[in-house]
Amino acid sequence: MTDLSKTPETTLAKDGAFLSVRDLKVHFSTSDGIVKATDGLSFDLERGKTLGIVGESGSGKSVSSSAIMGLHRGTNAILSGEIMLDGVDLLKVSNEDMRKRRGRDVAMIFQDPLSAMHPYYSVGNQIMEAYQVHNDVTKREARKRAIEMLDRVGIPQPDRRVDDYPHQFSGGMRQRAMIAMGLINNPSLLIADEPTTALDVTVQAQILDLLQDLQRDFDAAVIIITHDLGVVAEMADDVLVMYAGRAVEYGPCKEILTNPEMPYTWGLLSSVPDLTASTEAKLIPIRGNPPSLLNPPPGCAFEPRCDHVAKVGGDLCRTVLPELTPAKSGGNHIRRCHIKNADEVYEAEILPEIAPDLVED
Amino acid sequence: MVAYIIRRVIVGLLMLVAMSFIVFALFMKNPVDPAQFSCGKNCPPERIEETRQALGYDQPLLVQWGAFAKGVVVGREYPADEAMREANPELVTECAAPCLGYSQQLQMTVNDEIAEAAPVSISIALVAVTIWVVFGVLFGVLAAVFKGTLVDRGVVGATLSLYAFPTFFVGALLINFVAIKWGIFPAPGYVTIAEGGVGEWLLQLMLPGFTLAAVYMAGYVRMTRAFVLESMSEDYIRTAKSKGLKGGKVLFKHALRAALTPLVTMFGLDVAAVLGGAIITEDVFNYYGLGKLAVTANETYDLPTIVGLVLLLGALVIIANIVVDVLYAFIDPRVRVA
Repeated sequence: MTDLSKTPETTLAKDGAFLSVRDLKVHFSTSDGIVKATDGLSFDLERGKTLGIVGESGSGKSVSSSAIMGLHRGTNAILSGEIMLDGVDLLKVSNEDMRKRRGRDVAMIFQDPLSAMHPYYSVGNQIMEAYQVHNDVTKREARKRAIEMLDRVGIPQPDRRVDDYPHQFSGGMRQRAMIAMGLINNPSLLIADEPTTALDVTVQAQILDLLQDLQRDFDAAVIIITHDLGVVAEMADDVLVMYAGRAVEYGPCKEILTNPEMPYTWGLLSSVPDLTASTEAKLIPIRGNPPSLLNPPPGCAFEPRCDHVAKVGGDLCRTVLPELTPAKSGGNHIRRCHIKNADEVYEAEILPEIAPDLVED
Repeated sequence: MVAYIIRRVIVGLLMLVAMSFIVFALFMKNPVDPAQFSCGKNCPPERIEETRQALGYDQPLLVQWGAFAKGVVVGREYPADEAMREANPELVTECAAPCLGYSQQLQMTVNDEIAEAAPVSISIALVAVTIWVVFGVLFGVLAAVFKGTLVDRGVVGATLSLYAFPTFFVGALLINFVAIKWGIFPAPGYVTIAEGGVGEWLLQLMLPGFTLAAVYMAGYVRMTRAFVLESMSEDYIRTAKSKGLKGGKVLFKHALRAALTPLVTMFGLDVAAVLGGAIITEDVFNYYGLGKLAVTANETYDLPTIVGLVLLLGALVIIANIVVDVLYAFIDPRVRVA
């Protein structure tokens, strides 16, 4: 057990996972000091599986996924660690090699499809471009493929809509087109950065269904970045909760959602409105704001906002950063918290607040 | 789109009508007697009266302006006074539509003055615009790509210092050193294509062209740099990068295209302005273009020439604005549909 707590990654690491991120650090050097946007992140993902990365704005979700895409190259970001995709370390390959992998092996779709598409080029032009850069095909073939993909993602009359501009598409259709663009080269890893945040609720469900459907067809690994736990519950096999650039809880989706053992995850769960829950259920926001990632304090980053510091005693939370340790509930569930009996605290204090009907059962 | 252009043209014409009237009114409210000026220093009173009649200055403002407006539409004859024309048929000058007036000082119609001076200004403008657009945008993109480095600071600093010098100083410096002392370019003097061929014509335009471009280049460098940097931080640039596009394609196809709209706006207005004559540059190099014509007309109180030039410049600016608006539609598909 002591071994495990020292290198907690081993509890989840399966050697030669399709995507294996180890101790990823993304630091930005600014005039005020070093901003540790991502500070030691590790996770694994297999083909056909989905990882949900959850956290507030500024917790390092997007920065980490941009690192996988190699989008920090040519900026002042300092990266270290390991991103093994299919046996190749993406942090070690040349810029040109990384460029060729972008869009072909790893693709990304973004939060706001209106700003993520160039307003001056037609949707078809932008999708064709994504295909042509990795495939030596004629314009006609690329166009045919683009229409196929638009059809596949459920755009009606794709042969006509292919020449439309992004502003002529609805929000949901734009996101479908972005997905078509992302999947046109059959990538083995798709990163969806808050793909439904900018969309209507009704459209959100359609887009999530589409993503799941396509994931099955393409057998791709999917990372879905979100702050919506509903999306995670729907989509993810594994969940990684991030706070202040670090993983604070990581494990199978069901485990994390039913037996969370980290006060920040509790806070996230308490903040989710549930339409079907009893009217007694409270919606409790997490107080305070995410900390600055510039010169973070030595202890637990969540300590200033945590309501459970007293349960630990002493200065521990403020002075010592808790390690990722296996959760009480077992399985492949790890969490970063000093509270020893977090599972009991959750059952006794948190669950009755957010889901009273569950406790009575 | 067609309806829009027609509407713009009509508004533009109305603006020209208003402009011509304002120039007329301002001119006539001036305490200086234009007839006295036209006639010269030692002019006897009866000659002044004659000149006044010949130019139509004896008429009320509205009548004068009406005659001018009619001349623009159908043409007119000078002298303005009908009795004078009948008395001295040998002095009558035809001025075909669109007649902008007759200059007593220069003894020719304003149309002929402009026809003589415009090619000089257009030639200088062509060379200057080419220099400042090509190098301005090129340096601007360079500065954006190498933001914060020595290249960026060097380019921006150099163009700004060039901009900081007065035009006449840059012009005089070029004449003195490049033309006279080092003899790299011939001493300035306008040569038409008919006289010296394209090569000679272009050679004679390099110095004034560069002098004029120096004024505008800094603006284009800074604007291009700012707009390229702005669009490089847009979400769609991140999308373009994550598709795996090469750096050049991301920069030129995606970033620069978006930066084009504001550049075209600026370009349209600047081109209109320099086509109407580069006053200082033409003066320094002694090229008789529209700018120098305007200066001379102002010095000699030559109303017809001033009105004609004001209208020409106004028309150029209005046309440039319409052209820019039409260009928007080609650049930005969102404008096309709306």
